[in-house]
Amino acid sequence: MSQDKREIVIPSQLLGEIKQKKAGRGTFIENGKIYAEILGILNNDSNYINVIPLKGRYDPIEKDLVIGIVQEAMSSSWLVDINAAYPALLHVNEVPWDVDFGETERYLNNGDSVMAKVLQVDREKKLQITLKDYNLYKLKDGYILNVEPSKVPRIIGKKGSMISLLKKYTKCRIFVGQNGRIWVNGSDDGIKKVINTIKMIENESLSYGLTNKIEELLKKDAKDVH
Amino acid sequence: MTITPAIKKDYLVKLANSGKRADGRRFDEFRKIEIKTGIVLKAEGSARVKIGNTQVVAGIKMDVGEPYPDTPEQGVMSTAAELIPLASPDFESGPPREDAIELARVVDRGIRESEVIEVDKLCIEPKEKVWIIFIDIHILDYDGNLFDAASLASLAALMTSKVPAKRFELGEDYPLPLKEPPISCTSAKYNGVVVIDPALDEEEIAEARLTVATDQNGDIRAMQKGLNGSFSKDEINKVIKVSIDNGKKIREQLYNSIGK
Amino acid sequence: MNTEIKLIDNGKRLDGRKPDELRKINIEVGVLHRAEGSCYLEWGGNKVIAAIYGPREAIPRHTQNPLRAIVNAKYNMAAFSVDERKRPGPDRRSREISKVISEALENVIQLEKYPRASIDVNIEVLDAEAGTRCAGLTAAAVALVDAGIPMKDIPVACAAGKIEDQVVLDLGKDEDNYGSADLPVAISPRTGEILLLQMDGHLTLEEFNKAFDLAIKGCHIISDIQKKAIMKKYQSDVEV
Repeated sequence: MSQDKREIVIPSQLLGEIKQKKAGRGTFIENGKIYAEILGILNNDSNYINVIPLKGRYDPIEKDLVIGIVQEAMSSSWLVDINAAYPALLHVNEVPWDVDFGETERYLNNGDSVMAKVLQVDREKKLQITLKDYNLYKLKDGYILNVEPSKVPRIIGKKGSMISLLKKYTKCRIFVGQNGRIWVNGSDDGIKKVINTIKMIENESLSYGLTNKIEELLKKDAKDVH
Repeated sequence: MTITPAIKKDYLVKLANSGKRADGRRFDEFRKIEIKTGIVLKAEGSARVKIGNTQVVAGIKMDVGEPYPDTPEQGVMSTAAELIPLASPDFESGPPREDAIELARVVDRGIRESEVIEVDKLCIEPKEKVWIIFIDIHILDYDGNLFDAASLASLAALMTSKVPAKRFELGEDYPLPLKEPPISCTSAKYNGVVVIDPALDEEEIAEARLTVATDQNGDIRAMQKGLNGSFSKDEINKVIKVSIDNGKKIREQLYNSIGK
Repeated sequence: MNTEIKLIDNGKRLDGRKPDELRKINIEVGVLHRAEGSCYLEWGGNKVIAAIYGPREAIPRHTQNPLRAIVNAKYNMAAFSVDERKRPGPDRRSREISKVISEALENVIQLEKYPRASIDVNIEVLDAEAGTRCAGLTAAAVALVDAGIPMKDIPVACAAGKIEDQVVLDLGKDEDNYGSADLPVAISPRTGEILLLQMDGHLTLEEFNKAFDLAIKGCHIISDIQKKAIMKKYQSDVEV
């Protein structure tokens, strides 16, 4: 990424004209002009003018991997909170177990956490998720951390660089949900380190050279311990 | 209602077994406390207290009214608490639920039973006119331990209040007559460990809760046990000691913040 | 009130302001931990705090609109915020103000993005000194931006009025009680569209136009303050 200053834009800010560019996400068009509609970072490297949100709930996209918390077990489905504006539906047909009618509570209960995939988002924003994939399952042990969904790309890093660093130096298992929930499992110290590092990334997500800075800190920490 | 993941509960319990808390505090350590008084100019006294991320504002308003028939020469005090929807995704607007009522009553008792307000000095005309004191507590941000935050905010507000005599043509304004207040400290028990100043996630898994109010001599002035778990006598003794120690520190901070 | 005291004397108001001068305004963004967006605003003697929750599924279900989100603004005055203690709970005045604020905000929020959802706006007045609904709406607008809610514009409100035959901007304490007209206005500053308009008192057509223009001018100045406060909060994240 070039060393351009990362520009913050706010709703109603004029960003360009449809004569010159196309309106991407986080923008709206009025009278041939493109405006920002959310608080975010301006991205107009390409043909599109996009605004990457700085805040806000998770906006579900099909195929996204998310961490959900079961809210309610119903007779042939569960209602799951995935930090979106709406709860998601998990149908008994979308889990790897053979669940009889009315037996849903035997498998998933209020407060259980799952690693899931967004199956469908319809026009009324009704959401469905699935557990039917090789790396999806009910979570046990570990800790779940909440971050702003908009910070998830930074925590994962370019081609997973940031998250690989974390895994390497803390020896923890880490799964980052697109919905801003992160599951960590490992030693007490490892988990603590992951939590603190992620909090730091969250606070400094827009600074340059963050990956290097984090790597240095993690290296130093590991040296101090041994 | 926001549901806490079961994993989080298990994690807190696991940490507790190794003598740790999720935010790194010791079992006998309070979160950072901030006290600011005189923040609402319309009120006779006011204070904003932060304990960690929990934020509470208390305001004191006074009026002239009739005394209770059985205490014809004493002022009257009344405490109300609002768990306004501002403070948590789970608070709804509407008439106060039991949580708000319990909170108000516990704070009220702490002040009333220890006779912090010298109600004998608030009589204007026996049987006819006395000063009425309204304590209104507004929770702005809920992250655990509302009892201590609300109690501390109420005390700080009272200790900087002026009786608005001028407005009622009863002379010059003067400081509200008060005695040394007791400081309340709340502890919670989960999975066999007892921690002071429970944060929200600790409160969510607490089995039992104990609030102890102590005075400047280290004497006990009020106690309140809550929730349906139990305490051993040993645990209670420990809680009392920790409450006395923290009570001292908080009292010092309170006096500093009101400029005493 | 002593009727011999003039509200405005030789162009100077009781608090020393000129007829077209605003009271001092201070805005802080993101002050609460639990709320998804929040704003603390001081305007003269007013102190208000606004918090946003949502968008989230609207409950009870019968309030859901299948095509768009609904805005639930609740304006509330703390018991200790006024001279004579106010009994806690919404009164008719609070409910009316809640409604006009909801409607103003609904105009600029991209509601179609969130069918069946509600955006809950809580405005709490901690200290009141005339113009609380304008302060409340202005704070709510900033809190909405802080919450990441998609909007076409950031609304802003300001009032003008009349004291002793003179049209003035931003009525303060006493001017509100003893003046002869009060005109709160909210606009979408980018387009100039009027989102909230109320008036009580007595104004000639000429006075109304003057007051209206003054209020709009005030709105634009305050819009600047809103934007600066938001940038101040988020700009520091960008600087290395």
